[in-house]
Amino acid sequence: MDLQTASQINDFLAAFVLLGAFGMLTQKRIYSLIHLFAWQGFFLSVNIAIVAYAAGRHHLYISSILTLSLKVILLPYILHTLVVKLKIRKEAETLVNIPATMLIGIALVIFSYYLTAPVTELSRLITRSTIAVALATVMIGLLMMITRKHAVTQIIGFLAMENGLFFAATSATYGMPLVVELGVALDILIAAFIFGIFFFHIHTTFDSLDVEQMTRLKEGD
Amino acid sequence: MILLILLGVPLFAAVVLAFVGDRRLAPEVNIAGSAATFAAGVALALRVYEQGPMTAGGKFFFVDAFNVYLAVLTAFVSMTTAIFSRRYMRREREHGRVGHVGMRFYHAMFQLFIFAMLLCLLTNNIGILWIAMELATLSTVLLVSLYRTPTAIEAAWKYFILCGVGIAQALFGTVLLYFAAERVLGEGGDALLWTNLSQVSDKLEPTVLSLAFVFLMVGYGTKVGLVPLHNWLPDAHSEGPTPISAVLSGLLLNIALYALVRCKTLVDGSTHSHRAGDIMMWFGIISIIVAAFSLLRQKDIKRMFSYSSIEHMGIATFAFGLGGPIATFGALLHMLVHSLAKSSIFFTVGHASQMHRTQEMDRIRGLIKGNPLVGWGFMLGAMAIIGMPPFGIFTSEFLILTATMKDAPLMTPFLLLGLGVAFAAILRKVQFMVSGDAPSYQRPLKAAHLPVLVHMALVLLIGIYMPDFLNQWFHKAVEILR
Repeated sequence: MDLQTASQINDFLAAFVLLGAFGMLTQKRIYSLIHLFAWQGFFLSVNIAIVAYAAGRHHLYISSILTLSLKVILLPYILHTLVVKLKIRKEAETLVNIPATMLIGIALVIFSYYLTAPVTELSRLITRSTIAVALATVMIGLLMMITRKHAVTQIIGFLAMENGLFFAATSATYGMPLVVELGVALDILIAAFIFGIFFFHIHTTFDSLDVEQMTRLKEGD
Repeated sequence: MILLILLGVPLFAAVVLAFVGDRRLAPEVNIAGSAATFAAGVALALRVYEQGPMTAGGKFFFVDAFNVYLAVLTAFVSMTTAIFSRRYMRREREHGRVGHVGMRFYHAMFQLFIFAMLLCLLTNNIGILWIAMELATLSTVLLVSLYRTPTAIEAAWKYFILCGVGIAQALFGTVLLYFAAERVLGEGGDALLWTNLSQVSDKLEPTVLSLAFVFLMVGYGTKVGLVPLHNWLPDAHSEGPTPISAVLSGLLLNIALYALVRCKTLVDGSTHSHRAGDIMMWFGIISIIVAAFSLLRQKDIKRMFSYSSIEHMGIATFAFGLGGPIATFGALLHMLVHSLAKSSIFFTVGHASQMHRTQEMDRIRGLIKGNPLVGWGFMLGAMAIIGMPPFGIFTSEFLILTATMKDAPLMTPFLLLGLGVAFAAILRKVQFMVSGDAPSYQRPLKAAHLPVLVHMALVLLIGIYMPDFLNQWFHKAVEILR
């Protein structure tokens, strides 16, 4: 596979990662959200593997396997089990309506291209054109966390952000040093453990996972 | 070797305490672990003081005057907090606010938290710094929700989500920093080491570093609790158990600021401008003013002092942003004395709220009559935190104010406004709480006086007479940061 083809496949898969992000932004049903999240992780991990092959960076294979096992298999499985156990079907209303969040999402993509322009210009890597897409994925994850008022959706937004960060590390620098990537993956695992506990706590205390009910700690009187 | 002990002891203690669980001796084991950590910290400090900066473990760790003083402070405050928490948590257990599992969890996570903070300080790798910072957050999330009340769970969720978002921005900033470093230092883990980065900082691409700093500022700034990224802080610091409030306010905020300041030195070296400093100054001054006015409206005692932490972190951030030897010296001193005074205040606040079984300031009365040492400790702590002479915070604030008048005169009125409002807000509330007759619902308790006395004595000592070694130390740290 020559670099030209690798670069094109990379762009193509990046488009799917971004599409996954937008899909999550519009999706209201929890099961579909988890599936979309798993697909996004899948495209990301294939993408990382291709970069690893084309650029000959073997440590990226580990990063790809980490993404595959964590983001595609383990985390969606945990989320799925929790959702089944807590009997959640559909999430509550979003804070901003969906067409509006889509428009904000598009604005964020343009903003990301603008922001990363100097980095892209300096880079000589085959993946340089996807740095902006990676930042956009992070931003859209952030947007999802802000606009959704359901604990599970917020967590999926958080994990989608992490996907974007792994993607950014791959496209800007062919991945962070291995010790750092492993550490980040460990942190995500601990976070998964914590939000699992949290879902139960919130569910037993508030009788639903709707974060909107958590308004007791308002400022003032 | 000392480094291994320093980091190994809290990690080992965490494992041991996870097994000891809710047995009778758990608090004592906790104290012993923290004391051993503190001893190792002092030994490390002595070594660095005599032999200068050092790297260890194949450049994995790096110790200089700047981080070693924070490491000793972290170990010291966690030791006194462990002493304080012995009786405090036992009483909470008797009151039924924490269960069997909760106590096991509390002790193990307390030690893990100390480990994470020390790793943050001592690592030479900015990637590991990020990981340790996230670990410090994660280890405290479930401590904030330890009481399982609706408000505690809400606070912990907010803490988890908002800090998660913030810290993700910092990781993106770190990726950009690595991108710039890789072009100069070549690929591999070496490009993320401070010792290498600081030597080549003038060769790093300025446009990329400016962009990276924006992300790092937002990311670590969230953890410092700077306005407008502070939303989680008053909740998280007020809803958890009081020993946790003391270490969160007194230590974790310092660590986040440490990370930010380290990054700033790299950006300054690359851009040769004051841009990063300006950003920090603005964040700082806005935090001071917003926090000062928020102080006026508080009803919950722990919430009020959480806002005061935002204010003080704003002051330190502002001073680091201002730069120059005097302001930097003031900021380093401020981090030290604020940490000591604030944790001491939280100790007395913990006693006061246990005596009255409430955190509402309107119901806390007659502290001095009820328990003179707690009352006076609280009064003096509050005097110190609002910047009254002769306490150490007066010294640091005075230094920062003088530097501001010289280098950024236009900022002076804003700084003074913030300090003045905070002064009035806290003094007004505290006065009512300590004076007067003890109400009928007040209950006596056996307080842990030692931590409060030691902290206040140190804050007073630093205010009156700065020990020579501390002075030299700060001068060395100022050299590193210029």
